[in-house]
Amino acid sequence: MAPRSGHRKWRAAKEKGFAVVCFVSAGIGVVLLAALLFGIVRDGAGRLNWSFVQSFPSRIPSQAGIKAALVGTLWLIGLTAVFAVPIGVSAAIYLEEFAKRNRVNAFIQLNILNLAGVPSIVYALLGLAFFVRWMDLGRSVLAGALTLGLLILPVIIVTTQEALRAVPSSLREGSLALGATRWQTTVKQVLPASAPGIMTGIILSLSRAMGETAPLVTIGALVYVAFLPSGPRDEFTALPIQIFNWTSRPQPAFHQAAAAAILVLLIVLLTMNFAAIWIRNRFQRKM
Amino acid sequence: MDAADEGSTPLPADFRKRFSWRALNEGTLQNLCLVASLLSIATTFGIIYVLFDESVRFFRWISPREFFLGTVWTPLFEPARFGILPLLSGTFQIALGAGLFALPVGLLSAIYLSEFASARTRGILKPILEVLAGVPTVVYGYFGLLFVTPLLRRFFPDVQVFNAASGSIVVGIMILPLVSSLCEDALYAVPRALREGAYAVGSTKLEVTMKVVVPAALSGIMSAFILAISRAVGETMAVTIAAGNTPKLTLNFAESIQTMTAYIVQVSLGDTPAGSPVYRTIFAVGMSLFVITLLMNLVAQALVRRYRSVYS
Repeated sequence: MAPRSGHRKWRAAKEKGFAVVCFVSAGIGVVLLAALLFGIVRDGAGRLNWSFVQSFPSRIPSQAGIKAALVGTLWLIGLTAVFAVPIGVSAAIYLEEFAKRNRVNAFIQLNILNLAGVPSIVYALLGLAFFVRWMDLGRSVLAGALTLGLLILPVIIVTTQEALRAVPSSLREGSLALGATRWQTTVKQVLPASAPGIMTGIILSLSRAMGETAPLVTIGALVYVAFLPSGPRDEFTALPIQIFNWTSRPQPAFHQAAAAAILVLLIVLLTMNFAAIWIRNRFQRKM
Repeated sequence: MDAADEGSTPLPADFRKRFSWRALNEGTLQNLCLVASLLSIATTFGIIYVLFDESVRFFRWISPREFFLGTVWTPLFEPARFGILPLLSGTFQIALGAGLFALPVGLLSAIYLSEFASARTRGILKPILEVLAGVPTVVYGYFGLLFVTPLLRRFFPDVQVFNAASGSIVVGIMILPLVSSLCEDALYAVPRALREGAYAVGSTKLEVTMKVVVPAALSGIMSAFILAISRAVGETMAVTIAAGNTPKLTLNFAESIQTMTAYIVQVSLGDTPAGSPVYRTIFAVGMSLFVITLLMNLVAQALVRRYRSVYS
C-alpha cells in the first residue's frame, strides 16, 4: 500500500504547510505594529521632552511644541463626552430596557448600525453645513465637539446596549417583583451592574474621537494656534491636526516634531485602552 | 387654584396614584431616553438633507452627466472641469490595493486564531491586533509617507514621493484587524459538530477548514470583506497624506493620485467661501461617497443576517 501511505504523507504535509501560512499571516500584524512603533520612536523619541509639551507651535522646528494642541484636544474630548455620553447611554437604555419590539424601534436599531459605518468625512460635511454655518458656531471647539459627538454616538449606543444585554434578566425580575418601577430597576439595578461594560465602551469611543483628524480638518480647526482656548466658542487646534500639519511640511525637522507628537498621542490612547481592558477584566472576574 | 375649586368635579380618588411624582418621572424619563435614540434618526436625515441640498444646487450648475461621466477633475483651476471619474478611480485603486493585501492576510490570520492557535497565543495576538485597530489614521499617514514610501523608493526608484502604493499599503494595514476580527466571528459561528463530523471521517485540519468551515462561514466572510472595503473607501487621512492630491485616471501604483476623501480635505484646507461652486463640489463628492459606502454596508448586513439565521 505504498501509494496510499504516500498520499497520506502528502495530505499531512499540506496541512503543516497551511498551518505555517496561517501562522505567518497572523504574525504579519505583529510585525507591522512593531515596524510602526519602531519608525515613530526612531524619528520622534529624540524630540520628546518637557519643553516640547510646554511650547506653542513655532516656525522654528526646534522650538515648536504641542501645548496648544494638547489643551485643545482636552477641551474637545471633554465637550464631546459631555454631549455624547448622556445621550448615547440614554438611547441605549431606551432601546434595551423600554423599547417594544416594533417596526419603529427596529428601524432605529438598523439606522444606528448604518450610522456606525458612515465615513467620518461625511460627518464632517454635516458638521460643516449644520454646526459651523447654519448654527453659526464657526471654527469653535464646540462645533468640533458636536461633530465628534455625533460621530461616536452610534459606537457608544451599541457598546452600552451590549453591556446592558449582559445583565441577567433575573436581576430585573427580582427588582420588579419587589415593587420597583421599570425606571427604578434600570437606575438602581441594571446600570450599576453594567457600569464597567458601559465605561469600557465610553473610554474606547472617546479614544477613537481623540484620534479623529478628518472631521476637524474639514470643519476648519486651525493649524497654527499660539493661544489656549478659554471657552467653548474659541478657535482651537488639536493633536491630530498638529501631527497632520507637521507631517505635510517638507522639512525633516518638522517630521521629527510630528513623530514626537504621535508618541504623545499614542501614549494617551494606549493608556486609555489599557484602562478600558483593565475595567473589562475586573468586571468579567466578578460576574 | 380658586377656579379649580369652584364648580369643578372633585379629583378622582386615585389621583395620587395616577399623577404621583413616581409615575410622572417614569414617563418623562422614559420619553427623554426615546428622544435620545431619535437623535440618531435625526442625524441620518441631517446627513441626507445636507448632502442632497448642496448637491442639488451643484447639479443646477454642472449637469449630472458631466459630473458622473467626465474624465477630468480640475475644479480648483482654469479651465475648471468636474468629472468625478478620476476621484472614483483613485478611491477604487486604494481599495483594490488595500484589499489585495488585507483580505487574504486577514482571513488566514482569522483561520489561525480560530482553528490553530492555543488559548495562550490567542491571548497575545488578539490584543496586538486590537492595538493596531486603535491607531489613528493620521499616524498611518505619517507611517506611509515617511516609512513605507522611502522603503518602496529604495527598491523601485521611479516611485513618486506621493504614490498610490504606499497609500494602499497603509490602508491595508489599517483594515487588517477589522477583516481578521470579523472573519473570526464568522468562523466562530460555525457549529463544532460540523468540524467534528469532518474529522471523524478522517479529514486533515486543512481539509476541514477549507472544505467545511470556510464554506459554512462564507456569507459572514463576504460580509467582513465588504465592510473592510467600505472602510477603505471612506478612509481619509492616510490617503490624503501618503497618496497625494493629483486626480488621475490611472491604475499605476507608482504615481500620485487623489481619492474622493482626499479631495474633500484639500478643499477644506484652502479658504473656499461657503456657497461658491467649489464649496458645493465637496458635498456632491461626499454624497457619492455616502451612497457607495451605505450600499456596501447594507449588503454586508444582509449577508450577516443570513449566516446568523442559519446557525442560531
